[in-house]
Amino acid sequence: MAEVVYADASRVYPGAHQVRAVDRLDLTVPDGEFLVLVGPSGSGKSTALRMCAGLEDVDEGAIRIGEREVTDLPPKDRDIAMVFQSYALYPHMTVADNMAFALRLRKMGKEEISTKVKEAAAMLDLTKYLDRKPKALSGGQRQRVAMGRAIVREPSVFLMDEPLSNLDAKLRVETRANIAQLQQRLGTTTIYVTHDQVEAMTMGDRVAVLKDGVLQQCASPRELYDRPANVFVAGFIGSPAMNLGTHPVTEAGVTLSGLTVPVPRGRLGGLSEVTFGVRPEALDLVSDGGFELSVKLVEELGADAYVHGELADGEKMVVRVDGRNPPRLGDQVRVGLRDTEEVHLFHPETGLRIP
Amino acid sequence: MTTVDTATPRHAAAPVPRKRKRRIGPISLSALTWVIAILFVFPLIWMVLTSFKQEADAYTDPPKLVFGPTLDQFAGVIDRGFLPYLANSAFVTVLVVLIVLIFAIPAAYALSIAPVKGTTNALGFFLSTKMLPIVAAIIPLYVISQNLKLLDNVWALVILYTSMNLPLAIWMMRSFFLEVPTEMMEAARVDGANLPTLLYKIILPVVAPGIAATALICVIFSWTEFFYAVNLTAARAGTVPVFLVGFITSEGLYWAQLAAAALLASLPVMIVGWIAQNHLVRGLSMGAVK
Repeated sequence: MAEVVYADASRVYPGAHQVRAVDRLDLTVPDGEFLVLVGPSGSGKSTALRMCAGLEDVDEGAIRIGEREVTDLPPKDRDIAMVFQSYALYPHMTVADNMAFALRLRKMGKEEISTKVKEAAAMLDLTKYLDRKPKALSGGQRQRVAMGRAIVREPSVFLMDEPLSNLDAKLRVETRANIAQLQQRLGTTTIYVTHDQVEAMTMGDRVAVLKDGVLQQCASPRELYDRPANVFVAGFIGSPAMNLGTHPVTEAGVTLSGLTVPVPRGRLGGLSEVTFGVRPEALDLVSDGGFELSVKLVEELGADAYVHGELADGEKMVVRVDGRNPPRLGDQVRVGLRDTEEVHLFHPETGLRIP
Repeated sequence: MTTVDTATPRHAAAPVPRKRKRRIGPISLSALTWVIAILFVFPLIWMVLTSFKQEADAYTDPPKLVFGPTLDQFAGVIDRGFLPYLANSAFVTVLVVLIVLIFAIPAAYALSIAPVKGTTNALGFFLSTKMLPIVAAIIPLYVISQNLKLLDNVWALVILYTSMNLPLAIWMMRSFFLEVPTEMMEAARVDGANLPTLLYKIILPVVAPGIAATALICVIFSWTEFFYAVNLTAARAGTVPVFLVGFITSEGLYWAQLAAAALLASLPVMIVGWIAQNHLVRGLSMGAVK
């Protein structure tokens, strides 16, 4: 059990065009926390994880696990266990040997190894498969073996690099819950990388959003959703994405295609324009008032439907409506805000949240 | 198309059988396969048949298909001193394969998994050594062997065959190493493996089929190499191919005995090939990823 600290840690790929894959990451993962690193591809989330594992150099700054500085230690001396996207099982070993490999290298006694492997196998429902080779297992079973290999080591930190992305959708949802439960039971500090924001929101105690190697925001899923720190986080978290657009500021507030949303001027600090964000679920169809939207696409999900439309000025907007009676393609509908509190304002240039 | 139009169940009439595409039927296809296979194997079958004949039966026209099989020719081959040649070939082959693997495995590792500086140049250099026609090198090699007192010495062949096989073996092993999943090696490092453990416990077992394939190629090459053997060796260090030419004499050909000798000569390679096959068919890294 240990906390993990990234102290201004950077990974810089040298070359004609220096690439700062991870740029001064400053992040503390408290003991026992499940932290999710999320971001689009190329955001440096996997690199950040691999820096912690020791598979990637730390060019600037430091990484600490517990009380120890591990910046220059090889992976085997960091007391971490990693679950890879491809599972990376040893194909020539049985399930039991896969799990026992690390313990054998530590010269642990045979009896003890066998006990630990059996324990982990029971936890992951793998007891029946201990004598099988990986190729005789299904994708879900292989994923569990990869988990088992991490668990038997009883490390201070679990590092997981998109461990669910090779599973089919149904199994992914199931395994997602299993991993979260397992982590709670074991109480081991976990850093989990994913590009899937649903995984991020459902699994993480806290979620760290990265973009271009820079940490954008690290907060609880609720906080990220309710108070995104900047335009990027606002657009990245939530599905479908938040509607974002830059609109003029008037005396009464922000004018959005004829609808004026009251915002206290003081909050805007004299800006003439502001980036205005509103989530699809904060909008609804209204009979009068609001603004007009021409419907270009309707996605019906059963309980809800998402109406994709265009404002008069061509700006695109998504609205969540009741699934029972959605508008049709080509309709002109009127859309209003459910609650004027549910708008997000960002600085038009810096993209930072206006509190 | 196999999609079912669920929106119009009213029209769910009896399904129209799809027209079969005109293809070569499975029967004619396997017949063709057999014909080609037999065409290739025919000389071997002929050799096997001839080796059990008496010398007189081996010459008949039309060929005799029914004859009293005999082991006389095999005894004759042994009597003519086959075994020392066989021993030479075995010695050279085993040693060459061992040395080649000992050098090729670390070299391939250094050119694939942990590439050293100048990897491309090194690979190009290795390959370039195979571009010289072997005939072009025979005179200098002969002179060098003479100066080193290595004429008619098996060690000359060991050195030559090793250097001829090594580039190819490195290239082959490299391509197998390149297929080893990176994440699997990283997993081993995280699990606590140092370089020797990683190499012996993880990488080598995974590339075992590749090693078997490479070894087999080296065995075949060393066993069948004729040109250098015939030029650089004589009675003392001669290998099996050199022994076989001995049957082409001025008094005429001994077909049956030659066939028996050829059969004895090919048996070891066939056995090695058969053993290696079991390793070759195993998928390289099945089950490691996904």
